[in-house]
Amino acid sequence: MIEVILVPFLEAAVRTATPLAFAALGELVAERAGVINLGLEGAIIAGCLGALVASGVGGPVAGFAGGMAAGIALTAVFAFFVVDLRTDQIIAGTAVSMLGLGLTGAIYRGLYGTGGAGLSISTIAPLAIPGLSAIPLIGPALFRQTVPTYALYALVPCLAWWLRSTHAGLALRATGENEEAAEAAGAAPRRIRWGALLVAGAMGGLCGATLVLAQVGTFSEGMSAGRGFIAIAIVVMGRWSAFGTALAALVFGAAFALQYLFQSLGWSLPYQLFIALPYVLTLALLALLRGRATAPAGLGRS
Amino acid sequence: MDALVALWDGAFGSSYAFWSATLVRATPLVLVGLAVALAFRAGVLNIGAEGQLIAGAIAATALAQWLGAMPRIVTVTAMALGGMMAGAAWAGIAATLRRRYGVLEVISSLMLNFIALALLSWVVRGPLQEPTGIYPQSSTIAASARWPFLLQGQRLHLGFALGLLLATVSRFWLARTASGFRVRVVGAGARAAASAGGVDVARTTFAVFLVSGACAGLAGASEVGGVTWALYEGISPGYGYTAIAVALLARLDPRWVVVSAVFFGALEAGAAAMQRDAGVPAVIAQVFVALTILGVLAGAHVRDRVRARRIVARPEAA
Repeated sequence: MIEVILVPFLEAAVRTATPLAFAALGELVAERAGVINLGLEGAIIAGCLGALVASGVGGPVAGFAGGMAAGIALTAVFAFFVVDLRTDQIIAGTAVSMLGLGLTGAIYRGLYGTGGAGLSISTIAPLAIPGLSAIPLIGPALFRQTVPTYALYALVPCLAWWLRSTHAGLALRATGENEEAAEAAGAAPRRIRWGALLVAGAMGGLCGATLVLAQVGTFSEGMSAGRGFIAIAIVVMGRWSAFGTALAALVFGAAFALQYLFQSLGWSLPYQLFIALPYVLTLALLALLRGRATAPAGLGRS
Repeated sequence: MDALVALWDGAFGSSYAFWSATLVRATPLVLVGLAVALAFRAGVLNIGAEGQLIAGAIAATALAQWLGAMPRIVTVTAMALGGMMAGAAWAGIAATLRRRYGVLEVISSLMLNFIALALLSWVVRGPLQEPTGIYPQSSTIAASARWPFLLQGQRLHLGFALGLLLATVSRFWLARTASGFRVRVVGAGARAAASAGGVDVARTTFAVFLVSGACAGLAGASEVGGVTWALYEGISPGYGYTAIAVALLARLDPRWVVVSAVFFGALEAGAAAMQRDAGVPAVIAQVFVALTILGVLAGAHVRDRVRARRIVARPEAA
């Protein structure tokens, strides 16, 4: 009995957490290099539209590539402002997000008419891993997902290792802690920040692409729905580590998925409560984690 | 080209376009622009004006429904004050999180925007829904709760006058009073303000955050009382975000906020006409807002470099 309710909930939690985790891991890379990337929301929505358009031309693989390219392109604007012009990161990020939301809305309407009911594509199917997906309760949740989720399983340990144990990862972290010291030690902070932001853009785009190609199957204006900003909170909650960030993303995925659980339990609460829940959770957790988190020392300095 | 003609005509093409479209659109932008400018002046990055505006709109609608039969002066005053208090309270959540728990106000005020949207979505389907229960909106507020128009035959309303008044008061406050000076000092450098000036930084930023929220809340009340006469989900087409561009373009000076709000009001009125007459999507206006912010940032960068070069060239000037 309990499985009938819990299995769909856990599946939905992992499914919803996947795009959030991509965005948050990208943000993690940017923040470890000392940049708060508030333009992430723009990269996500650009990724959504890029994926939809590209998949119409060349199928799902082209779709993911298109999403990442769109995310990179938009984040490059942000990188130019904060790395080369050294403008305020928060304001530049907000503007880039607005730019992404506005441009995608305008392009979508331009391409598919003002009605909004544009084209929809068939989403990629989940791939059950034989054996593992048969594990009771958590099997279907973890191993009956789409390809992006499995990519994430590989990405998280790789990123953790890269940050901790490679020379490049060390240079990245040094840049985030103290730019001058990193430069004195022979690193190139400007190049590192550019690189980190392009990775963050690609991951934001991947978040958008996953949303469209694996979950929603179409584009709507503003469909990123604040995921970029939630991802920033997820990084804080994950205490700037790759595994912590992935885990925090899962918590948020569960918060989003709670509405399915309550529906299946037959509880009738205003649905707006569930819409607000992840945002309330963000606030509560940020307040609770005060002081315990260890942010990169140079974060946000422009 | 047709699109540009439509844009111009929609904003300035007739006296009606100017007084009833451009300035009516500029009204919330003046108020929210002031909210953002005051907060940024104190170094408070209030990105949550949108949510504070919505909180003000909800409170004003509730008060208008409740006081419907009272004389106009009572209802309108209650709506304005109620809207300001609701906006301040909504900002107060983020302000408290910053002061007590050290939560970045950029994140918290943004999260509160989404929560306010969910709250709005619920009240127009729940407690404030019109009596038939079909449409997700409130019933129209009573005639005695509608804000007076300023000109015969035009839709320009009391909210614009309040915006001008607030701009003047804010300008005076920042430039001429001790507490306004503290705000500027904290914005210029919090650490120096605390150590050299003996300013209570936490208290100052907290207070400014509330004042900022109150301005945004007043904008919400003014939209309900002066323009829409009802509450529904699309009550703000992102005024809280446009306001960031309004404030930055005005270089955070309250006097210039009025000018830059009229500029963006014209842009939005024109964009609406452009969509209607030339089929160009109005979201283009949002792209323009974003480009304006980036342009101001790039301009400030160029200015700083020119100044730095001058100082280097003439060392005695440093």
